[in-house]
Amino acid sequence: MRNRRVENLLIKALLWLSAMGVSLLLLAVAGYVCFRGAGNITLALLTEEERFLEGTAGLLPAILNTLFVIAASLAVVLPLGVGAAVYLTEYAKNRWLVGAVEFAAQVLSGIPSILYAMLGALVFCRRLGLQKTLLAGALTLAVMTLPTVLRTTQESLKAAPRSYREAALGLGAGLWPMIRTVVLPASADGVVTGCILAAGRVVGETAVLLYTAGLSMAMQNFSGIQGLLHASGTTLSTALYVYAKERADFASAFAAATVLLAITAVINLAAAAVGRRVRRV
Amino acid sequence: MGRGSDRAARCLFFLCALTTAAALLLIAAYLILAGLPALREIGWKDFLLGKIWDSAHAEHPQFGILPLLLTSLYGTAGAVVLGVPLGVLTALFLSKAAPPKLAAVIRYLVRLLAGVPSVVCGLVGMTVLVPFLRERLDLPAGDGLLAAVLVLAVMLLPSVVEMSEDALAAVPRTYEEASLALGATEAETWFRVSLPAAGSGVAAAVALGAGRAVGEAVAVLMVAGNAANMPSLLGSVRFLTAGVALEMGYAAAGSLRQQALFSIALVLFLLVVLINILLYLARGRGARP
Amino acid sequence: MSEPILLSARALDFYYGPVRALSNICLDVPARCITALIGPSGCGKSTFLRCLNRMNDLIPGARAEGSLTFHGREIYARGVDVTALRRRIGMVFQKPNLFPMSIYDNVAYGPRLHGVRSRAALDETVERSLRSAAIWEEVKNRLRRPALGLSGGQQQRLCIARALAVEPEVLLLDEATSALDPLSTARIETLLGELKTRYTLVLVTHNMQQAARVSDRTAFFLNGELVETGSTDRIFSMPRDRRTEAYLTGHFG
Repeated sequence: MRNRRVENLLIKALLWLSAMGVSLLLLAVAGYVCFRGAGNITLALLTEEERFLEGTAGLLPAILNTLFVIAASLAVVLPLGVGAAVYLTEYAKNRWLVGAVEFAAQVLSGIPSILYAMLGALVFCRRLGLQKTLLAGALTLAVMTLPTVLRTTQESLKAAPRSYREAALGLGAGLWPMIRTVVLPASADGVVTGCILAAGRVVGETAVLLYTAGLSMAMQNFSGIQGLLHASGTTLSTALYVYAKERADFASAFAAATVLLAITAVINLAAAAVGRRVRRV
Repeated sequence: MGRGSDRAARCLFFLCALTTAAALLLIAAYLILAGLPALREIGWKDFLLGKIWDSAHAEHPQFGILPLLLTSLYGTAGAVVLGVPLGVLTALFLSKAAPPKLAAVIRYLVRLLAGVPSVVCGLVGMTVLVPFLRERLDLPAGDGLLAAVLVLAVMLLPSVVEMSEDALAAVPRTYEEASLALGATEAETWFRVSLPAAGSGVAAAVALGAGRAVGEAVAVLMVAGNAANMPSLLGSVRFLTAGVALEMGYAAAGSLRQQALFSIALVLFLLVVLINILLYLARGRGARP
Repeated sequence: MSEPILLSARALDFYYGPVRALSNICLDVPARCITALIGPSGCGKSTFLRCLNRMNDLIPGARAEGSLTFHGREIYARGVDVTALRRRIGMVFQKPNLFPMSIYDNVAYGPRLHGVRSRAALDETVERSLRSAAIWEEVKNRLRRPALGLSGGQQQRLCIARALAVEPEVLLLDEATSALDPLSTARIETLLGELKTRYTLVLVTHNMQQAARVSDRTAFFLNGELVETGSTDRIFSMPRDRRTEAYLTGHFG
């Protein structure tokens, strides 16, 4: 006869142990990165570009490029994803179309990013002639994050109470005014969450940008249409990869990693703060 | 305002939906169609079961992806075997055994780290884990399958913890009461009632983690060594994702080599779809009362 | 009273954090009869029931003061093996709470916990428990089917069978028929009459007719206090306390 009391205690101890182990492991990863990176972060690093002659690193171009890629990909994915979600949940009467899009989104949200990298390089860089530019990278990322935005928006649209809709329609509002004044405001947090999750994926994504956005570490000129079209270079994540893997410059790599961690932490906490716990699938 | 704007809005939203649908369906179709020519030319069997990948050979390139395929399968399985039990036990702790305040702190930490970019994990693996393995195990190089498995296991921990905890939280409290009222200890209740009842959710977490591990490219590139050897635990190995990533820039457009990369992509795609189907089945089974 | 006292409360107070849910309860539960706890909702009858097998332990901040004994031993003493206590004092809840497993596995769950491994012994226990709960004939051909496919009344009898399978001495029923239709309720009431020859039953009910029909003794709770207790016949025919009379005649609750 086993001793059930002892067994109960042992299992509780095991649970404590694994939870502490996991916490320590995660803390150690983040802590180590910050520990190695913090010392290398200087004002100059964050506000200048790298200078070959002096041998100083500079992350400003990568930071600006990251912001540009986030903004550009959100500018594409947000209207597209929200618009599609509104159509699918509010207007569409054809169940087949809805089913097909939802299924495609489900499958594509699981596709490895390296495949998006391949397709992006092929379609946007070569076929459409964008070359390796930040714009090509942002467009690829917009496609990659489309399922995320679509799904979070759809979920929050579906959650908007039926009674609101009926009340608005009962007052004689048309379908679009009803959506604009009642449904969209009620589901704003879902849209915001979708954006934050998408931004998080964009910030953390490396594979896609390695193959579509170029590897220049130099300052880009974003002024004018030409600037926006032709800007090309590393973001924080690709700069990190280049520093670590190709130049073995770990001081700069850890500095970039620390900045990257800080940004993702902010994004993650923001997503949590928006409240609704949307599954990151 | 009025009818005109209503119709315009409808058209606009329809266009969005159509673009989205087209983009998503085209990607799927493209991945499948682009992957087929090389498969036909090389032959299914030689491609999938060939043990030598030497695509750059000038006269007799060989396109056998068995080493890459096995590496991806072993690597994923290893990460799941290491990461999932740890993640599920942690989820159990958070949802059942932890003092509420401690649980809140750990949850916060897990959430914070759920989004650590893979390139950062790769960096830590490269600078800490690989040298550690090299010295401790007295290897010529520390990068290889073991390092990749460990890095992948850490990477899939947060999502396994979060999804498993969601699933455990959804188990009706009454099940646990019934078990305790029959004289079960808490541990017995968790393992015999709570976990089985949350089974489909936990299975979904496992499938999601596996999908991520199969598809991870950058972190793996940084720690696996990337030689296309048949997999061994301590040896340098190349994952399917790395196979695509490493040669994408070198393969000439339209060459057999490039088409072979598309075929690898197709294999990856099918693996992910397979995992998704398993995920769907796991969820479907749980959805029925 | 011919039967020995099995459970006994003396000056029992019970708190949920700062809130006092029970005060100064003195009540004896004799063996092998049915004791009904009645009263309006929120009166403490369920709290008292859940003290008996310490299910209240699950609520943070819950604590008991005073004396509550089972076979003369303090239930809330330090070092009491709660799992052993709950094994001897089984419970059936308001809503059927079967596990998402087969009928057989639900009933076999308890015996397996307590170390029964042999196939034959399990089969025997399952059949005996299902027969005791008067549901054997209905399920004997589908023991391997999911328990959640049964009707509400069948599920509740299966819950009783599951509780009986660990061979308890006492069975606590917490409004066990309130979620059921009249026909299922009647079947369970008949079953309770059969069970009392072998088990001690304590049931909480908000249904006074049910208390009058099935119980031997009745205790009336109000605002966390025990107002009156005695044989069911006496309570329903000649209540001594004005409040009991008012409740029984439907003036409140």
